[in-house]
Amino acid sequence: MFQSPFRGLGFMDIKYYIFLSVALFVMGIIGVLTRRNAIIIFMCIELMLNAVNLLLVAFSKMHHLAAGVANPNAGSEAQLFVFFIMVVAAAEVSVGLAIIVMLFRNTHSVDVNFLNRLKH
Amino acid sequence: MGITQILFWALSIISLFSALMVITSKNPVFSVLWLIVTFFTISGHYILLNAQFLAVVNIIVYAGAIMVLFLFVIMLMNLSKDTEPQKSKWLKLAGAVTGGSLLLVLVAALRGTESRMTELGTGEIGLIQNLGHVLFTEYVVPFEIASILFLSAMIGAVVIGKREVHSPVHKEVEKLDEMQEVMH
Amino acid sequence: MKNLILLIPLLPFLGFLINGLLRKQLSKGLIGIVGCGTVLGSFLISIYAFLNLDAIGGGRQISGSAKIIGNPVIHYFDFINVGTLKIPFAFQIDQLSALFLLIITGVGFLIHVYSTAYMHEEKEEHFGRYFAYLNLFVFSMLLLVMGANYIIMFIGWEGVGLCSYLLIGYWFKNIDYTKAAKKAFVMNRIGDLGFLLAVFWIISKIGSVNYSDVLTTAGLARFSTGDIVGITLLLFLGATGKSAQIPLYTWLPDAMAGPTPVSALIHAATMVTAGIYMIARSNILFTAAPLTLNVIAIIGGATALLAATIAMRQNDIKKVLAYSTVSQLGYMFLALGMGAYTAAVFHVMTHAFFKALLFLGSGSVIHAVSGQQDIRFMGGLRKKLPTTYITFLIGCLAIAGIAPLSGFFSKDAILLSAFEHNKVLWAVGLLTAGLTAFYMFRLLFITFSGTFRGTEEQRHHIHESPAAMTVPLIILALLSIAGGWINIPEVFIHGGERLTSFLKPLIPASEGSPVAHSTEWILMGLTTVVSLVAIIIAWSRYKVYKEERETSLTKALENKWYVDELYNGIIVNPLNKFGAFVARFVEKGTIDGLVNGVGRLVNYSSRQMRWLQSGQVGNYVLLMVVSMVLFFVLQFFLRK
Repeated sequence: MFQSPFRGLGFMDIKYYIFLSVALFVMGIIGVLTRRNAIIIFMCIELMLNAVNLLLVAFSKMHHLAAGVANPNAGSEAQLFVFFIMVVAAAEVSVGLAIIVMLFRNTHSVDVNFLNRLKH
Repeated sequence: MGITQILFWALSIISLFSALMVITSKNPVFSVLWLIVTFFTISGHYILLNAQFLAVVNIIVYAGAIMVLFLFVIMLMNLSKDTEPQKSKWLKLAGAVTGGSLLLVLVAALRGTESRMTELGTGEIGLIQNLGHVLFTEYVVPFEIASILFLSAMIGAVVIGKREVHSPVHKEVEKLDEMQEVMH
Repeated sequence: MKNLILLIPLLPFLGFLINGLLRKQLSKGLIGIVGCGTVLGSFLISIYAFLNLDAIGGGRQISGSAKIIGNPVIHYFDFINVGTLKIPFAFQIDQLSALFLLIITGVGFLIHVYSTAYMHEEKEEHFGRYFAYLNLFVFSMLLLVMGANYIIMFIGWEGVGLCSYLLIGYWFKNIDYTKAAKKAFVMNRIGDLGFLLAVFWIISKIGSVNYSDVLTTAGLARFSTGDIVGITLLLFLGATGKSAQIPLYTWLPDAMAGPTPVSALIHAATMVTAGIYMIARSNILFTAAPLTLNVIAIIGGATALLAATIAMRQNDIKKVLAYSTVSQLGYMFLALGMGAYTAAVFHVMTHAFFKALLFLGSGSVIHAVSGQQDIRFMGGLRKKLPTTYITFLIGCLAIAGIAPLSGFFSKDAILLSAFEHNKVLWAVGLLTAGLTAFYMFRLLFITFSGTFRGTEEQRHHIHESPAAMTVPLIILALLSIAGGWINIPEVFIHGGERLTSFLKPLIPASEGSPVAHSTEWILMGLTTVVSLVAIIIAWSRYKVYKEERETSLTKALENKWYVDELYNGIIVNPLNKFGAFVARFVEKGTIDGLVNGVGRLVNYSSRQMRWLQSGQVGNYVLLMVVSMVLFFVLQFFLRK
């Protein structure tokens, strides 16, 4: 079995992971808010998803540690969630990019300010 | 401070920096590349947390497949130039301030939480063996449904991306062609 | 019997509906038949009810003096049912209401018949409207009289006020007439407020408004003395409005704006007698409040004298009669104030006869001289209008109190009770009697004696009225002569005072030391002498008409003591000014400003908010994040 090279090397306060995730998430949000390119916005959304994924994994390990030997499988659900999030993200990206391509084909632009059809 | 802590901080700083570059780069291609860097650092975090399966999947799916798809699209549409129209300065500032205040609020809110440890390096739940076992026993039904999701996403992408033959614009173009032929 | 009684008010109401709704379709003849027929029907049923009074309540004579006292209340359904308060729709047919029913429907019927001729020149639809109002008037008055509780009475009370408004303003194209109608309505409204407050007071104390609950010794025991005085004063305020007493009498002379038969109806048979009926009905309550009785007596006496003085110098034939009505009503209140309820009711009855006669007679005169109402332009009508003249003369004699006409007996009864209680008020009454005789005969002589002073055209046109007008006059004249005989005092005939004994179950005989027969004779003689002297003075002065001398006193009299001007100065004008002020500053400035401001604010803010709906997804996301931040702040920091 493959062993981690950092095996048994220590612990980390969960707070740092939380702050890291929040910072990444907020950066995604700022990207969404400040950019006009649809593809960049889409990428920022992926960034936000990843921030959440990271936090989930960190919590899963925290949970595992708290459960101890009594439940060796504790926390595995969170990692499976991350897996499913990746699945969904992949599907989402394929559809989303198809939409952006369509958009570009019709308007010759990926500027979201063009998309003000919601007004009507 | 052990090696893991050093690694954690290093990875964190790199990931934050690259994320910052993602949203500030003028050129979309650079943004994609910086995002790939970010994903690699996140995968590094996964390895640090001994979530080996997810680390690998993250690199394969995100950094590999998805980002390549992004890159493809950008290059196909020839968007690599710095042609993106900029938002107005005030709107940008408002977005940044809003995002910053969200960060501030969340950090301030979570600062006082109970301090709990997460283990680094140890723990076997992130290994393929354990996850595979759980995935194919307890979560086998969602797993199969995920394949249906992929299928429908595929079909959806094809349907959306297909060029519409009967679109009005297309008809106009055809008419113009015909007229030109007649004139000739 | 129960349903038959219900028909009494229902028939005029039916007539109102038919005439009112079909006024454009029906011919005048048909309208007249419906209008008169329904009232005649009510009259006949009223006679039947009057004759079978005992049977209505289930009471009957069992051999000799033994008698089952019936319950005169006829319950139809519960009209208002809130919590413990139950107000039934019920009629009370007893001696008092039966008597009033006869007066209202009988005199009312004659006035209806008279109207068919008097109003003949109106267009069909206005003719129909007139009869519809008239029928509604009778209906309301019947409701007022028949109701077995104060609420039903109040419905009729309000209905009468409404109909008087409609009828006074019948010629609504004349702005002065509509103003007179408005005045009548508002004046009545002031009184109605008092009535309503009294009813609420009664409800709060007793929890019921039925006469059978309130007007009993048991009911009376639940009021404190203060309550009784308050309630009776408020009720009297209502009566002053409806029956035109000081301070609310000024509407009645102005009510002459309506067609003459309407004046007859208002003054004689209905409306103004409502106040007297109400007080007579509540006599137990009033007897328990001596303070109120004193107030009533003083106001009644003052009204009688004041109106009589004004009537002396009026030149409009109808105005004179109007003030005489006010004066006679003052008499009735004087009697009520003395506790002589029977005398008041008696005077209502005789007054109904001779005042209806006088009004209809004046209508006949006006009809003859082509609508002229000013007596200075009449004169010498005796030869041309013999029937009208004779009946009018009978009316004048009756109102002046010359024996043995009806007015003599009723007026005498009032003066007698006044003499028993208060000599000052008796003197006022006697003076008023003299004044009454004077101004009535002044009117008679100026109108009928001498030579005609109108235009040539009018002189040609003078003619005696048609039978539809003269027959009611003759009938009323006969009633004016004989109407008083039902209550001939004991001093004339043994077994007289039939009315008093008839009303005894409802109105207990007033206490107090009855005066000796000799005193009674002297009093009667004195009244008659005073009246005769007044008539002779009037004859000597107005046998041949000449311009009346102008002095400051006569000027004041002609201008009705400037009471209207006083009211205008003290109440109406400040109120108008206040209203204008409120309209300008409170209404326009504050309320309108507020309402418009809210509208403008919404308009403005929505105009601004519209920019939020830009269609730009980016803006939406920005707003979403901002609200997220706000929610987090709210959740984590502000919700302690």
